[in-house]
Amino acid sequence: MRREALPWLQIATHVGGLAPLAVLAWLFWQDRLGPVPVAAAIRRLGRYALVFLILSLAPTAVRLVTGSSELLRVRRWLGLYAFLYAVLHALAFAGLDYGFDLRLLATVVLESRREIVGLAALSILGLLALTSIPALIRSLGKHWKRVHRLVYVAAGLVVLHYAWNYKELRRWPVAAGTALLLLLAIRLPPVARLLRQRHNAEGAGPT
Amino acid sequence: MSKIDRSDITPEHVYLNRRQLIAGMGALAAASLLGACAREPEAEATPPPTGVSSTATPVADTPSATETAPDPTAMTERLEEKLTPLDDVAGYNNFYEFTLSKTKVAELAKDLETSPWEVEVGGLVRNPRTFGLDDIMAFEQEERIYRMRCVEGWSMVIPWLGFPLAKLLDAVEPTSEARFVRFQTLADPEQMPGLNTRVLSWPYVEGLRMDEAMHDLTILATGLYGKDLPPQNGAPVRLVVPWKYGFKSIKSIVKIDLVAEMPVSSWMAAAPREYGFYANVNPEVPHPRWSQATERVIGTGKRRKTELFNGYDEVAPLYEGMDLEENF
Repeated sequence: MRREALPWLQIATHVGGLAPLAVLAWLFWQDRLGPVPVAAAIRRLGRYALVFLILSLAPTAVRLVTGSSELLRVRRWLGLYAFLYAVLHALAFAGLDYGFDLRLLATVVLESRREIVGLAALSILGLLALTSIPALIRSLGKHWKRVHRLVYVAAGLVVLHYAWNYKELRRWPVAAGTALLLLLAIRLPPVARLLRQRHNAEGAGPT
Repeated sequence: MSKIDRSDITPEHVYLNRRQLIAGMGALAAASLLGACAREPEAEATPPPTGVSSTATPVADTPSATETAPDPTAMTERLEEKLTPLDDVAGYNNFYEFTLSKTKVAELAKDLETSPWEVEVGGLVRNPRTFGLDDIMAFEQEERIYRMRCVEGWSMVIPWLGFPLAKLLDAVEPTSEARFVRFQTLADPEQMPGLNTRVLSWPYVEGLRMDEAMHDLTILATGLYGKDLPPQNGAPVRLVVPWKYGFKSIKSIVKIDLVAEMPVSSWMAAAPREYGFYANVNPEVPHPRWSQATERVIGTGKRRKTELFNGYDEVAPLYEGMDLEENF
């Protein structure tokens, strides 16, 4: 049964992972991103990164709540798509917007809290992507889990980066922050233990 | 509307030629010098164009507006800038009374009732007065091509139609106690769905120091690109202060008060550490969360370096001796 479900989940993940990029590229090509296409493209890429980052935290939460570890099989890909969009977001910012003018970029980034936080998040995601290589996962052993808990730090920084983009506090960054807090709360040891106990009790019956 | 549609007079496509023509003749400066308030028989005999009224007291010791009248050369230089296409000027707006989305303002604001319209001008003045739209339009309208720099890091070059605020202020005769001007936007929940969101305290309020308000660069705009102001751009009458971040250029004004104390603007009230009273464009003073070193030039896909006072150097004397980082 598991063998059957697996490819569909994988396919859905990759289709869902690449579709936003395809749509965005098409809209950009067709000049249908509004009056400021560069800004719109950067913003969309950033949002996709955030969405995949939050989605990548869901499998653990789903396992804790329902006991099903099915989604864990795509967790790595969800995380990698988050990283992909974060990289494209940063490249669009540096390239499309600032023409890779490194001196200017250095000035701008250094005096901008918003960009520093974004860069920090991107660095963490880079580290996590790197340590997703199977050989490295094996060599990290026990430490892998600890390193990958940094994903919550990255997600927090991304939400901050998003919120700081606006003059005032907006609804979507708040929604993303709330989702993040919930996902984090679920896996806090006391909460997780409680949830696990419930499953063990349920799972004790005939399956 | 019974008013003549000014688009009949100035089609968009002849703008470039006309601009060069005007620049060549120094006509803007001339128009400003000749501009008298035709419908103001009670206007006092202050020398044109926009002399600081004898009754007004500039806070800082500054040159009068007469001395800072635009000189033709400077104007010509400014006119060389490529205008931002009308579609962008009218399609990318911040007008929080309608929505926080810059691209949705135009649609939501399109039915804004701008006629009849009244601007109540009072406070510390000898001659408080309510100006109807016709009274506003009676001030000689001239064209001013200004760059507008938004605090968010983008800019547009817009051909405004309007007249120096000083002319309106002169008409109400500020008293010697008047040191600041406080402006207020319409706040009509029936027409402005954005008033439901509490991001700012409504009505929107802005303010200028008296000498800033009397400066010749400061205008009340009633049109752009030769047409009436579109609602999303602040119809029927708005402030334009080109050396300050865009949020200072308050839209759809219904009330102007001359006051003694520095007004607290809506953005100052919302985030005092991020938005100050002066809000002068300054690449050296970053917003607490982002750089102001450059700006995205809307309609070009490019960036330009942001200039101190948005390039309007002639206002520098207004801030002589002031710490611009402290008075952000």
